[in-house]
Amino acid sequence: MDFLLRCLAECAAAFIGTAAFALLFSVPKKYYFFGGGIGAAGWLTYRLLGLVCGRIIAVFLGTVAVILLSRLLAVREKCPVTEFMVPGLFPLVPGAGIYWTVYELVMENPSAASQRGFESFQDVIAIVLGIIVVFELPQKLFHFAGRKKE
Amino acid sequence: METENTAAVQNRPEDPPEKQAFRGEGVSDQDVCDLSVRAGEILLENGAELFRVEDTIRRINRAYGIHSSRDFVLSNGIFLTAGSDDEGYYARVQHIPLSSSHLDRVAAVNQLSREITEGRHTVPEANAILDRIRQMPEKGKWQQILASAAGSGAFCILFSGTFPDMLAAFLSGGILYLLLMFPLHRPMSKIVLNILCGMAVSACSVLFWKLGLGENLSAIIAGSIIPLVPGLAFTIGIRDLSNGDYIAGSVRILDALLTIFSIALGVGITMSVIHALTGGTLLG
Repeated sequence: MDFLLRCLAECAAAFIGTAAFALLFSVPKKYYFFGGGIGAAGWLTYRLLGLVCGRIIAVFLGTVAVILLSRLLAVREKCPVTEFMVPGLFPLVPGAGIYWTVYELVMENPSAASQRGFESFQDVIAIVLGIIVVFELPQKLFHFAGRKKE
Repeated sequence: METENTAAVQNRPEDPPEKQAFRGEGVSDQDVCDLSVRAGEILLENGAELFRVEDTIRRINRAYGIHSSRDFVLSNGIFLTAGSDDEGYYARVQHIPLSSSHLDRVAAVNQLSREITEGRHTVPEANAILDRIRQMPEKGKWQQILASAAGSGAFCILFSGTFPDMLAAFLSGGILYLLLMFPLHRPMSKIVLNILCGMAVSACSVLFWKLGLGENLSAIIAGSIIPLVPGLAFTIGIRDLSNGDYIAGSVRILDALLTIFSIALGVGITMSVIHALTGGTLLG
């Protein structure tokens, strides 16, 4: 129960955080809501799968979820996939992990630094694989999401 | 003219013939190439992926009937040449410095290139639209400050912070952009700027933490530096790498890593100073 509440709070936070970054990157206003939703969906995937499989697989599948949704919306809205992918991926990108790595280095904790660095590197690899796998899917698969011309 | 390089392969003759767009009266081949380079320039400086820049330049040129153009795009420059027996000669090298990203401009240029290939604009019209895209307004300063605060608070929760932590991160994230928008809003080295920001943010976080707001100092600091973390450069860099654009991808990722290094250095400086001043009792 506690975990569920926490998960819910985190998804809400991922939504707000992603939408806030959409604004900071000047994504068009009408896409804030989509961006937030994709960010929350990616985080939810990551958290729930984190219960049953390892962190790396969870990051990988979270990325897959984010990019799939971004591609669908890009076809639907006829706009570059970047508009959704960049904010949506933000909660999963290990920016803070790399920051912690360097911070531990500066504070002379080599073992903590290598631990953080190792984990961030694994996350980056999982994200790279996730991006590549979904972008290799043929564009035809996403055409169903396109809206008919009026 | 034809050489066995990749540019020649990319402009394959078997591409489906596109509808020819009307250029307008008295528009030369050079004007068309100028237009496509300008569109590419706006895309590149606002954070589009490399293949999108190349693709847009080719689409615009082909739509206006230029089939001899060859382009070479780097993360900070566009090279375009054109010319054959029946098309005018053209060469242009455009330098594009790394700058801040505006994804709304990327979306707008994308829309324009779609409309051009549908034959809906003449070249002068398209140029006027590009002028308007260039002048699309930045988000308001207070809007950005509020977004930075909200992003910091939200990410603090994702870094397993508690609700009081979130409040502290909200405040220091807001202060961060307040500083960036007003006193630090001047041209200066990106590295120095990020070190200064890292120092300021961690000082604020320690202050709020010391005043009793929040429990988990490292979550507060990690949350409040998040608006500085170059997530866009990182994501687009990965995308470029996975497309095989290794130079552009590594430049972007190097840029991102350098930014994070400077922030962490700034935080480290503040923490060491506080540590030294208080003899290790404050952060104990």
